[in-house]
Order: sequence, then structure tokens, then C-alpha cells
Amino acid sequence: MYTQMSDGIDGQPNASDERERAFERRLERGVKIEPPDWMPEPYRKTLVRQISQHAHSEIVGMLPEGNWITRAPSLQRKVILLAKVQDEAGHGLYLYSAAETLGTPRDDMIAALHAGKAKYSSIFNYATLTWADVGAIGWLVDGAAIINQIPLTRCSYGPYARGMVRICKEESFHQRQGFDIMWKLAHGTPAQHAMAQDALDRWWWPAVMMFGPPDAESTHNRQSLKWKIKIFTNDELRQKFIDQTVPQAERLGLKIPDEQLRWNERTQHYEFGPIDWEEFYRVIRGDGPCNKDRLQARIDAWEEGAWVREAAAAYARKQAERGAVA
Amino acid sequence: MKNQWPQWEVFVRSEAGLAHKHVGSLHAADARMALEHARDLYTRRNEGVSIWVVKSENVHATDPQESDEFFGPSEDKTYRFPTSYHVPEGVKHL
Ligand SMILES: [Fe+2]
Ligand SMILES: [Fe+2]
Repeated sequence: MYTQMSDGIDGQPNASDERERAFERRLERGVKIEPPDWMPEPYRKTLVRQISQHAHSEIVGMLPEGNWITRAPSLQRKVILLAKVQDEAGHGLYLYSAAETLGTPRDDMIAALHAGKAKYSSIFNYATLTWADVGAIGWLVDGAAIINQIPLTRCSYGPYARGMVRICKEESFHQRQGFDIMWKLAHGTPAQHAMAQDALDRWWWPAVMMFGPPDAESTHNRQSLKWKIKIFTNDELRQKFIDQTVPQAERLGLKIPDEQLRWNERTQHYEFGPIDWEEFYRVIRGDGPCNKDRLQARIDAWEEGAWVREAAAAYARKQAERGAVA
Repeated sequence: MKNQWPQWEVFVRSEAGLAHKHVGSLHAADARMALEHARDLYTRRNEGVSIWVVKSENVHATDPQESDEFFGPSEDKTYRFPTSYHVPEGVKHL
């Protein structure tokens, strides 16, 4: 730990190898990594990519639901949805600030999103066609997010883990309010019930795909598990989501759109039908129903807000100058 | 990039009687805006009764590369702890 950077002369171990081993020992002991600590460059890069993509997902994720704020069926539903969407903005900000501790300015991450270089969760490229979609998103999408995020509260990078703790506390409200919408619709008129079923039909598979490609195809899985910036594999999390959600759908009296879905008494897990990974990759590549709209909405918001950022910065500069003179 | 507002560290006192605790950071043009953003971001569910914001550039921290030397001096001084003293049988209030 005290060694300076050297070229590893005389059979002495290279200083960076030495630090890398110290880093790995630290991870094995379960000691968290904090921003000023030395870390291997690939670890830093992977974290910036993962956390900023997560942040982008929270921010872009406000759009499909924001679409329904002015059309919520009651004032109560409207304030709930507004609070939920505001929470998502907060999640984005917690995550950007966690990523910034790794040395990447927030504006750079946002620029990468707007340039189409950074990804966000592909689920948000689907359209919210009816009010029931708001229920399905809270129930399924936030439900899947919880399963993804709870293990991350134990991840090896301190600021990310702490951000996840805050986020997870808020997510359970999101999931419950979504389930509550579905419950009301599923127990309403036949037309309302049908609306809830239609939303489940459209959101089920995209939600199942939220956990990412199957383990066999996932390129980042193994290294991320080793670094403890991932605790469970994609397939493990997906199975957990399905096992949790199927009984909830049954309680709602709704049918999951999977003919091959069945309980396996031996494994104590649900078996499910094949996932259309073609669709997943198509949407990620940019061919989803709303990719263009989503990105354009973000770019517009950024550009239309530019004058506010400039004016506030100019005002702060002026105040500071005045203070310095006085 | 040119107008990215400075970064501030946010500390929240969750209730009177407890110390302010670091909760995260945010961007704001000035201190007033930083406090308002901190309220909107970090105390949405009654998490705080008082907030401090400090420009991140004004925080001075120990260097992790020097941690061993820096914190070393207290490591072998077990006599600073009450547990390193033998309490004879029957002695009370010690
Ligand atoms: Fe969220
Ligand atoms: Fe959420």
C-alpha cells in the first residue's frame, strides 16, 4: 500500500499489481470501497457505466408515467403519481451524484445520454396507452426494480450502496401504489378489469426482460459478481421476480400471458416460456415503440432549460462579486 | 459544461439532539438554492429538521494512501480503553 508507482524492476512486483491485490483482498473481506480509495480503472469504468445508466433510467423513466399526471382519474391518484414521478427524479439525482464521486461530471453523463452513447433501461421505450399502464408500471416495473436494487444496497462501492438504501425505501411505495391501481381496476367493471388485463399482457414480458440477457449471454455478469457490484445473476433475479409476482397476479384475478407458466413442486420455482430476446435487442438498439420520443423529450428539456441554468449561474457570480467588493 | 453549477455536500440533522450527517451531494448555483434543492431531494419524508450545505471544494479530507501512517498512532494504545484494566473481584462502580 505504501509503494510508489514503479516498473517492477528486479523481480519486485509491480506497484499497480500490488495495489490491485490489496484491492481484491479488501473486496474479499467485505470492506467497502470509497471514492478517494485507489481502484482498478476497469472497476471505475464499469461503475460509471452502470451507475450512470441507472441514473438515466430513473430520469427517462419519468416520461411514460409523467404522460398520465394530468389525466389521472382522481385528485388523489394525481398527487400520488406526482409524488412517485418526483421520487424518480430524486433517484436519478442520487445516482448521478454517486457516479460523480468517481470523477465524471454530471454534464458529461447527460451529454453521453443525449448523444445516444449511454443506455437506459429499455422498458421505458414502451408507451403508456391507458391508465392501467400506470398501475402495471408501478406493480411490475418498480417491483422488478426493487428486486434488482435491494442486493445492490450491499454492493462494494459505498456511495452506490448508500444511494440504493435511500432508493429502496422509496420504491416500496411505488410498487404498492401500482398494485393498488391494478387492484381497483381488476375489481371494477368488466371494462376496467379488461383494461388491467390488457396492461398486464403488454408489460409482462418487457418487465421480465428488465433483468437483462440470460446469464449465458451476459458479458458483464462474471466480472461484476467478482467485484461485488452485482450480487446475483440476471437469471437468478428474474426467477425471483417471477416467483414473487405470479401469486400476486392470481390474487388480482389476472392472467399472466405465458401459456407455459407452471409451478414446479420439485424446484419450488415457476417454470416459464421462452423470452423473445430478439425484441429485447431490437428495443435496445433503438427500434422500440418510443425510443426517439423519449430521447428527444430529454434533449428538449435540457435545451429549453439552458437559459435557467445560465441565468442562475450569472446571478450567483454577480452576487459573489458584490460580496467580494463590499 | 460551462454552466454546470458547483457541487455541494449535504448534511442533514434528522432530529434535535442528533448531529448532522452527510447524506449526499447536489448541484446548485448558490447556497440558498443548494439548501432548497437539499430540502426537495433529501427531506421528502420528514428526514430532517436542519440542513447544512458545504461547497464540495471546501471539504478537506485525509488521503487514503496515507491512512495507515495517519491513523496508526492510535492502534497500539489499548491502555486508552477501560477494558484493558483488571477490576478486582467485588469492586463496584468502577
Ligand atoms: Fe426509481
Ligand atoms: Fe420507482
